[in-house]
Amino acid sequence: MTSKALLRVENLSKTFFLHEQNKVIPSSSQVNLTVYSGKLTALIGPTGAGKSSVLKSIYRTYLPSSGRLLYETAAGVTLDLALALEHQILELRREEIGFVTQFLHTLPRQKTLDVVAMPLYRQGVGKLEGRARAAELLAELNIPERLWEVPPATFSGGEKQRVNLARGLIASPRLLLLDEPTASLDAKTTDRVVDLIQRKKQQGVGMLAIFHHADLVKRMADEVVELSVPVVSA
Amino acid sequence: MDKILEVKGLSQVYGKGCDLCFASTGPEFETNICPHCGSIVALHDLSFDLYKGEILGIMGESGSGKSTAVKCLYFDQMPVSGSALFFDDSGQKPLFKLNPAQRRSLRNHRFGMVYQNPNLGLNFDISAGGNIAERLLMSQVMNYSEIRERARELLARTEVLTERMDELPKNFSGGMQQRVQIAKALATRPPLLLLDEVTTGLDLSVQAKILDLILEIQSELNTAMIVVTHDLGVIRLLAGRTLVMKYGRVIERGLTDQILEDPQHAYTQQLVASAL
Repeated sequence: MTSKALLRVENLSKTFFLHEQNKVIPSSSQVNLTVYSGKLTALIGPTGAGKSSVLKSIYRTYLPSSGRLLYETAAGVTLDLALALEHQILELRREEIGFVTQFLHTLPRQKTLDVVAMPLYRQGVGKLEGRARAAELLAELNIPERLWEVPPATFSGGEKQRVNLARGLIASPRLLLLDEPTASLDAKTTDRVVDLIQRKKQQGVGMLAIFHHADLVKRMADEVVELSVPVVSA
Repeated sequence: MDKILEVKGLSQVYGKGCDLCFASTGPEFETNICPHCGSIVALHDLSFDLYKGEILGIMGESGSGKSTAVKCLYFDQMPVSGSALFFDDSGQKPLFKLNPAQRRSLRNHRFGMVYQNPNLGLNFDISAGGNIAERLLMSQVMNYSEIRERARELLARTEVLTERMDELPKNFSGGMQQRVQIAKALATRPPLLLLDEVTTGLDLSVQAKILDLILEIQSELNTAMIVVTHDLGVIRLLAGRTLVMKYGRVIERGLTDQILEDPQHAYTQQLVASAL
């Protein structure tokens, strides 16, 4: 079976210009990669190679400096995410593209169940069903039930990470961006996360993930793309 | 997604104005006072779209023109040029070409406004409930008990103690006055809500509750909102997209997370870097 290319990143570069210091900071440089539906592309490389910048450029938290990010939408249209309108991006974020960032950003005071169910609420799923599905996923990821009605602000790093992951997976996006989804988890919890990710892959979710452990890359990746630290010309 | 508002080239000048006003003010001149005639260019060439249920943030410091923008849209003042098209259920309405009666009707029925200063949004000489009743009376005929019931419901929804609905708002705390203002603005279930620095000057805990309330309203009623603020935290919490203004001009626009994490303009970079 050949998978369909879901996202093709062509010659993506990202640099930052700091006005205050009149300085250009290079981040990602000339990145090429492909993500297929139902497969996982792993992004590896040393710190400073711009791996997170690639994910953020795809999600448009960063404005790509050059290159093309060709995404096949559910409607069958090829859209360059670098040039897409803000409303198109907002709609894709709501319906098709998920992002599990390294750190959990939530609305303060929001209960964990609602944090996780939020992507469903945005798609118009009711509160009752959303919370039920969130509970299922939290249980699967081994988050104790006594924490479900509490905002995740006081959770441990590993708990926050799993809440973040649950939120990213709950709506089964077509494309999922994962930034070190298992960084602060113990071996047993990591296994659960790996199982869950494998299952989502089988359901057809295409993933682009940053991993630091070669072992995880071996267990989960179908493709591997290695980035190197950009050379700074004086 | 359906559009609810389309603003094009909105400009506002305070003073007699001259031909050189727009060409000699703005961020590159670091002023919004015209050196030729002394007029203040409060707003120049503001354009944006707003979709149903969306929250758009307008961020900038005092004098950047952000409040002027919403005040024009609420007909508190008429702009010197530009257009705004409101996509109402009953058809498109060009805001600045309507007659006074049509403008009043939109203001009373279809738009809600919450000002920084509750003095502007509330009538301090009548009770909290009376303020809401006033807006309901302007919008449709209802009997006394119906109006009172609806006012009670709105105050309860915005967490104002309903036992205090017959008190004058001047006896209320600042946070409570803002809640009454929000209740009043929501009375007619408007599809468009304008919020001008609604949390500025309130205690942090009170701010948090008002912001939560705004988010709940958005998800319950799918109200489109324009949130004007100088507070990055408010923008981060509420807005999906953001315009950054300075000296009456939009200097940067984008998705809110992009504006905060990858700001392009020198001024925005400075703003984000100075956030606590």
